[in-house]
Amino acid sequence: MAERLEPVDGEWKRVSPKQVGVELAGSGVTVLLAVVLAVVTFLLGAGVMAAIFTAAALVALFATSLVPRRVRSYGYQLREDDLLFRRGLLFQRFVAIPYGRMQLIDINRGPLSRALGLSELKFVTAAAATNVTIPGLPEGEAEGLRDRLVGLAETRRVGL
Amino acid sequence: MSTDPIRPLGAEAGPVGDPGGRPAGTEPEAIRAAEAPRAEAAALADGEWHRLHPATPFLRGGVAFVAILGILVANFRDRLIDLAVGFEEKDPFDLLIERGWLLPVLGGAIVLVLLGVVGFYLSWRFNQFRVTDEVVEVRSGILFRTQRQARLDRIQGINLGRPLLARLFGAARLEISVAGQDANVRLAFLGSAAADTLRRDVLALASGAKRGGAPAVERARTGLLEQRVGELLAPELDPGEAPPESVVKIPPGRLIGSLLLTESTLILVLVLGVGIPWSLSVGSWYVLLGAFPALLGMGSLIVQRFTRTLRYSIAGTPNGVRVGYGLLSTSNQTIPPGRVHAIAVRQPLLWRAAGWWQITTNLASSGSGSGRGGATPATTLLPVGSRADVARVLALLHPALGDADPSLLETGLVGKGGTDGFVNAPRRARWLRPFSWRRTGFTLTGSALVLRRGAIWRSLILVPQARLQSVALVQGPLQRRLRLAGVHAHTVAGPVLPRLEVVDARTAVSLFDDLRTTAVTSGEADTTHRWNSPRTAS
Repeated sequence: MAERLEPVDGEWKRVSPKQVGVELAGSGVTVLLAVVLAVVTFLLGAGVMAAIFTAAALVALFATSLVPRRVRSYGYQLREDDLLFRRGLLFQRFVAIPYGRMQLIDINRGPLSRALGLSELKFVTAAAATNVTIPGLPEGEAEGLRDRLVGLAETRRVGL
Repeated sequence: MSTDPIRPLGAEAGPVGDPGGRPAGTEPEAIRAAEAPRAEAAALADGEWHRLHPATPFLRGGVAFVAILGILVANFRDRLIDLAVGFEEKDPFDLLIERGWLLPVLGGAIVLVLLGVVGFYLSWRFNQFRVTDEVVEVRSGILFRTQRQARLDRIQGINLGRPLLARLFGAARLEISVAGQDANVRLAFLGSAAADTLRRDVLALASGAKRGGAPAVERARTGLLEQRVGELLAPELDPGEAPPESVVKIPPGRLIGSLLLTESTLILVLVLGVGIPWSLSVGSWYVLLGAFPALLGMGSLIVQRFTRTLRYSIAGTPNGVRVGYGLLSTSNQTIPPGRVHAIAVRQPLLWRAAGWWQITTNLASSGSGSGRGGATPATTLLPVGSRADVARVLALLHPALGDADPSLLETGLVGKGGTDGFVNAPRRARWLRPFSWRRTGFTLTGSALVLRRGAIWRSLILVPQARLQSVALVQGPLQRRLRLAGVHAHTVAGPVLPRLEVVDARTAVSLFDDLRTTAVTSGEADTTHRWNSPRTAS
């Protein structure tokens, strides 16, 4: 396998390791659901369906096993002119957003994230394709980052 | 608000006596209303509140309302009378007189009509707009007041729509689009001439030029009828305002050809070609009935596109590109400089022999979905054209392209690949792009990112760097194995997807880096939000 993309040098800020818990819970539920469905269909005698659900459970289990690495793959850098965000292992994605292009920044908290004191920062530009969300930020850090970025976006505001 | 309400009332309640024909000068408010003659019309953008054309409620939906009511009454008159009174076969008026109900019933009817008229009048009265140096503002609503402001430097385009009915009455709808879903400021309706001047003034204000620039173009006030006929037939609303000739003319033959030579017609012909013999041989001819709706739908679509495109025109003005569409209901869209976020030049497979191309764009104002009367800003800015037409339209949409290598367009459109100025995908990309890998590539001009894609459905995509919202570098497992990567340019939503999926991984990284920098620098250097003002710090 060829080397992974590493487009810029510099320190990547990583998200909180507690985010692993949030995402594990998410995919754990999927695994559980698939297993339950597999068992029920098997008991009902629908062999084909049971096989399908078993396969789904295995796939979900595999995805779950990747969660810790996936969470470690999230990262961001505040550079001079833009915010750089990365995610993904198998499907790597790097996005650069110039500060002046940010239209608004959302802070979201799910129930589980809230219990763990985590927030999710969502960036909106005029392009829907930008689609950048930094999950798993400690609450204080998320708010600090939001305020700082809003300030930067304000001073460097450009047209559409 | 000290106006005598009788005149506007009359204008609405009657069968729309022509408002433009009323002698001006009897009543101050009415003169300030939009159908005032040109001298006054020039002052519409003076920062004061103004009203719309008095026939607005009628044009907006009053006609339908009256027609429906008429049909209902005509059809159900007997039934209603039967229901209410229980008598039949008698003239209703005799009946009323007989029972002594004439006065109450007549009174009720009059009150109803009056209420409707007063409602229309009030809604017109409360619907006001003003244009200041900074914003366009509209307020409307009687009980639930709404107020909408659009900043002039955020204007994405101005659309002058003239639905057939409004056109007959010399009215037009001015729609000022700003970015966002359903965020347009609609001034419906204004007098044709007033709408025209207002458009020019709003554009002039938005451009950053100072007030009181060009004086209003005087037009000889000829007879009313001649004026109307002139307006109806004029290719552009205002001859004085009309830009130079359209740079592209679409002959009707080419237009019909382009509409027929599509993949869907091909499929239809195939289906019918196989279906008719088959159904005849089987003897179940009624199967053909199923194809009928499809035929009908397609036919109407083609006719609709045809009438819409027949009088297509595109021309450059100092305040942006002006695109006209429509035969009966016309729409005339002005796109100020720097409002085009991405441009795609495409060639459907069947157009190849004819050498035709189509240009679509991403505009921040599109996608509002309010497709009534052809008022939506069209994203297809060249429905069909030769390569020379493409060059002319591109020069309007992205003038900076002129600085680039003149052969760029040629190689971009029809080049076979290889070393031709584009950075193309390496040979190993053939696993992912078996036919088009030679042609799949990019190049950076001083002002734009140019992507070339497709060998069968050829396309060339241009993204002005100053319009880049963000940039993404992506790599999936297959691409990683082949040492390839993808670069996506993010622009506002639209039919153009500026993505390059197969580039050499290292080249992709450096392209990502370049775009990242130019997105910032060209974005900050860009002054098109006030395109005519002397360079200001952003």
